Amino acid sequence: MGKLLLEVRDLHASVAGVEILKGVNLGVRAGEVHAIMGPNGSGKSTFSKLLAGHPAYSVTRGEVLFQGANLFALSAEERARAGLFLAFQYPVEIPGVSNAAFLRLAYNTLQKQRGGEELDPLEFDDLAREKLKLVDMDESFLQRSVNAGFSGGEKKRNEILQMALLDPALAVLDETDSGLDIDALRVVADGVNKLLKPGNAVLLVTHYQRLLDYITPHFVHVMEDGRIVKTGDKELAKQLEQRGYDWLRDDAAVPA
Amino acid sequence: MNTGRNIQAGLMHSLLQTLAQPPASGTEALRDLRAQALVRAQALGLPGARDEEWRFTDLSALGNLDFKPAAAQGPVTEADIQRFILQEAHASRLVFIDGVYAPPLSALHGLPQGVLAASLAEAPAHPLLHAYLSRQVDWRKGVFAALNTGLFRDVALLVIPSQTEISAPVHLLFITRAHHAAHAVHPRCLVLAEAHSQCTLIEDYASLAEDVYFNNAVTEITLQQSARLRHIRLQRDSRAAFHIAGAAVSVARGAHYHASSVTLGARLSRYSPVITLEQDAECVLDGLVMIAGRQLADTHSIVDHAQPHAKSRQTHKCIVDEGAHAVFNGKVIVHKDAQLTDAAQESRTLLLSDKARVNVKPELQILADDVKCAHGATVGQLEDEELFYLKSRGIGETQARNLLTYAFAAELIERIPADSLKTSLREAVLQRTHSGQVLEPA
Repeated sequence: MGKLLLEVRDLHASVAGVEILKGVNLGVRAGEVHAIMGPNGSGKSTFSKLLAGHPAYSVTRGEVLFQGANLFALSAEERARAGLFLAFQYPVEIPGVSNAAFLRLAYNTLQKQRGGEELDPLEFDDLAREKLKLVDMDESFLQRSVNAGFSGGEKKRNEILQMALLDPALAVLDETDSGLDIDALRVVADGVNKLLKPGNAVLLVTHYQRLLDYITPHFVHVMEDGRIVKTGDKELAKQLEQRGYDWLRDDAAVPA
Repeated sequence: MNTGRNIQAGLMHSLLQTLAQPPASGTEALRDLRAQALVRAQALGLPGARDEEWRFTDLSALGNLDFKPAAAQGPVTEADIQRFILQEAHASRLVFIDGVYAPPLSALHGLPQGVLAASLAEAPAHPLLHAYLSRQVDWRKGVFAALNTGLFRDVALLVIPSQTEISAPVHLLFITRAHHAAHAVHPRCLVLAEAHSQCTLIEDYASLAEDVYFNNAVTEITLQQSARLRHIRLQRDSRAAFHIAGAAVSVARGAHYHASSVTLGARLSRYSPVITLEQDAECVLDGLVMIAGRQLADTHSIVDHAQPHAKSRQTHKCIVDEGAHAVFNGKVIVHKDAQLTDAAQESRTLLLSDKARVNVKPELQILADDVKCAHGATVGQLEDEELFYLKSRGIGETQARNLLTYAFAAELIERIPADSLKTSLREAVLQRTHSGQVLEPA
């Protein structure tokens, strides 16, 4: 069994005074792929942003350990430097700043933290070109402004490119499949699959099962009203696809 | 305590004292003009808080200055001004020190045959002076234009003959040097782009010391038929200085004027460009203001659609940090006959601190009925969501803020057609708190 990367214990969190997470428990080990599924408003997006350090959410109870240390003692940038990565559902556009410059800045910041070698623009270009192949994008992608004027699919590919460059211990992919056509979905999923290693883990947050046709999870968790109400394997995802989320509520009503 | 009248009298008196060094002379007609302008300046006096056009810009600190004539000093050397020299204009540069042309610091050998780049002292009776000087700037209405006209010590002259294209930018560098007491300088530019000519002009105000002084500049530009002028205006005066400037630009039929005005310096600055468009003329006005501390930067622009079928595009962006204060008043006038006018104005402000302030006023006077006139104004702060995105990639708070600030300004900076200038502006934004890493452009 891989080492425990993420440990979530009885996590409660709220935004603007409204409680969204009401006691989440979860453990993710190195080498594992987890999927969190759930209907809109179940709290799964809040959960992923909270892990990455979004300022809008406040933790009211519980704790999260990341590689054994208290995650909430770290700022968002410190979490990234410690090896946590969030692929955004809506990546932000930064006009006027080239993708290459942005990626290199992020890459070098993390390299510095990890005691690795920082790269100059030419060296970085070589590395970035190599990683671009993972997401099937051409080199012009690097010269364009960060996400500015990118299609939905290009933005998501750019997130996976960042994941490839930053090499996180834990990648949280927030609705990475939303807005993708089937070809783009396959490219993105292939990219993620190639990045999976025994030493890292991926947490997929998704509404639909279809991403799981391409990235096979070891565990599927269903989130409902701020809690994980059911955990299973990939078969659970298929059941959800066929039956929707309602049957879970009916099940939940009957004590097991 | 000073009353308004005393302040005015004080300013005028001390400015007139600076005449101890007589201005460059020129023709008799010019001497008459200057005498009239001074009389007019005294009659107009300094605008006060009750003057609508000056409502947000308090001039009392300027009025209280006691100006002294500039004391004699040794020459300024090329080493002194090295940091202001632009590589692109290494052979097309006119340097003025305290408003007076400095031939040893200038370099004109890169200019094509036929181009006139000179000073009043060199061409005191040039027909251009008679035909164009003070024809566009209305010194009868504005006290600062009147003062400039009465007190300028030299004029930067640039004439681009018809059909001529100058490939290198022409750099007009106005340097104020260190003085023991407050002093006033009245830089003056006169530019004529003849029919079908093309040129990039960089008008640049800088100082050798973080001194208190008053730069009172006037620029007159004429674009004849189908001329194209790219006009960069860089105000990087001392943060203790006062900078008040007016520009009058007339854009003839089919001509194209694109200005980028960048305001970084001065404790108090005001820039008032007036652009008059004839039929089928086009202008693009980019304005970028980046201020902090207790700086005040005021832009009062007028785009005057005097004839039909002209097009104007104005984008004004202010980045206001700490306790600074930006003012933007953008007037667009569409005359009755100026049908098919296509005008658009956008004003965007980024407030980087809770104490930063901005006053924005778009002012549209439309007298024609078949026109397109769009305007929009936004005032905002850096978005948490955007900061979070950058931080989630490991980028620290300061650097993330600088990157987003740069992104706000990038559209205007990247349009500046001089790489060295673009690079220094990029650095100025990204290293605002000395922690930014210089980035390659998109």
